Amino acid sequence: MGTTVFIFKRELANYFATPLAYIFIVIFLVMNGIFTFDMGGFYIRGQADLQPFFSFHPWLYLFMIPALAMGLWADERKSGTIELLLTLPIRLADAVIAKFLAAWVLSGIALLLTFPIWITVNYLGNPDNGVILAAYLGSWLMAGGFLAIGSGMSAITRNPVIAFILTVAVCFVFVATGSPIVLNVFSGWAPQILVDAIAALSFLTHFDAISKGVIDLRDILFYLIFILSWLLATAIIIELKKAN
Amino acid sequence: MVEIDHISKRFEHFTAVDDLSFTVAEGEVLGFLGPNGAGKSTTMKIITGFLAPSSGSVRIDGHDIATDPLAVKSLIGYLPEGAPSYPDMTTLEFLNFIADVRGFAGEEKAHRIQHVLQEVALEEVCHQTIDTLSKGFKRRVGLAQAIIHDPKVLILDEPTDGLDPNQKHHVRELIKNLSRDKIVIISTHILEEVSAVCTRAIIIAEGRMVADGTPRELETRSRYHHAVEIQLTDAFDLQQALKDMSEISTVEQHPDNALQYTLIPRDGEAIFRLVAEKAQSGHWPIAEFHPARGQLEDYFRTITQSADTSVTTARVTTTKARTATAAEREQA
Repeated sequence: MGTTVFIFKRELANYFATPLAYIFIVIFLVMNGIFTFDMGGFYIRGQADLQPFFSFHPWLYLFMIPALAMGLWADERKSGTIELLLTLPIRLADAVIAKFLAAWVLSGIALLLTFPIWITVNYLGNPDNGVILAAYLGSWLMAGGFLAIGSGMSAITRNPVIAFILTVAVCFVFVATGSPIVLNVFSGWAPQILVDAIAALSFLTHFDAISKGVIDLRDILFYLIFILSWLLATAIIIELKKAN
Repeated sequence: MVEIDHISKRFEHFTAVDDLSFTVAEGEVLGFLGPNGAGKSTTMKIITGFLAPSSGSVRIDGHDIATDPLAVKSLIGYLPEGAPSYPDMTTLEFLNFIADVRGFAGEEKAHRIQHVLQEVALEEVCHQTIDTLSKGFKRRVGLAQAIIHDPKVLILDEPTDGLDPNQKHHVRELIKNLSRDKIVIISTHILEEVSAVCTRAIIIAEGRMVADGTPRELETRSRYHHAVEIQLTDAFDLQQALKDMSEISTVEQHPDNALQYTLIPRDGEAIFRLVAEKAQSGHWPIAEFHPARGQLEDYFRTITQSADTSVTTARVTTTKARTATAAEREQA
């Protein structure tokens, strides 16, 4: 446990030592602004909620989170520090979790820094702050899901750019399975249970429910199990690919 | 005590380590030699627990690395090949991180970091990011993290690679000072390093151990052991003069200097006195005359040549050239 904290601290500090953390946060905030006010029609809707803000998060994460995750293991392999790290008296599982948590906390920080929009909506009207809080939680859990995929993809290769592209591709699959584009393809002929199963794997389905203020334990469990499964996959991939 | 028991490492297309066994005791500095691709680094990765062997076991102080990896890893200090470290951290931050993970805190941590910074002379760059350091400094940062917890077993993969002669000397002194009650395992290409710091040398080729002994012992197995080197002042038919000496197997003429010869004894016999007497009685025009020391390099090449074809070819050509010159001399 102790070592997890030290690796977590090192990883998080490293995001801020390289300008990556600052660039990520700034671009995340700018993009959020554009999506919410411009494309989401925040003012035009005339409603005191943050629905336009949160509904773009899956698509924003699709490109931003892989950038955060791509270096997690690929950089260690590229510079050879993986050998240094894994010959220290630590468990591989601790290292996998610590690195994931550092990236997840950074995405949480970026999310928290969107608070001016929460202030704005409270200034303009009387939103249901419970719903907003639930949506923030849902958004952060979804970021965790993207990051866990990114962690696994980053373990596959020593090239961060390849890790980035693979992560975007896999994340897209998990976002798109819930969108009408994909579901309509199946809903015409496939049995309903299959359509439901595909939709059940989707980030959108689970995120939509939470972002509307419905905190269902099943949605939260989905994300937590999803994250743990991908972290387990990360550990297995590292173990298998250590030699090359 | 490090006990390596019949370890093998097989990859999909080749076997990197093939049934290797040895033990290293406290106080020994083991030089691990072999041509590129012989399996040195793989063996070190197995000893440090980075890679799991396909078969066999590694025990350090009785702890098996497969069943008790954390105990083993806390006993080991390891400098991986190329001395990797986190480029965006400063030297001090990096050593702090390693000390944290190694379980040091407070006063003791500060003391250890200070001590190790002094030991490898890193104080002047302790606030610089590792990225900006020269190769020599980077290597010293790698050494510093390996010795910060005063490990029982120190494993260094090419510790002096890329250092200038002063730095090499410094690192060797450091290893010598460290080694009193420790086990040090060094892999290297530089054979003089083995003679300089190691108490024992193991040569591996194609994943198998081909020699194990003290550097001096291995030198005596060289064909140059007890050889005699002669530098003449004028042309003189040495071949003719030595014709009836059955103790000498070959007379080698130096390829660049026709007046320089090496006399190689049969079966490593000591021929120095015999040749000296002969030279005196025959009034040879001698400028220099001294016994040659066995060459580790020569022995290394002989014993690993089946593993490395380019070396083999090179040696065959030189032998042919030598035979040719010998034949020419005989004609003359």
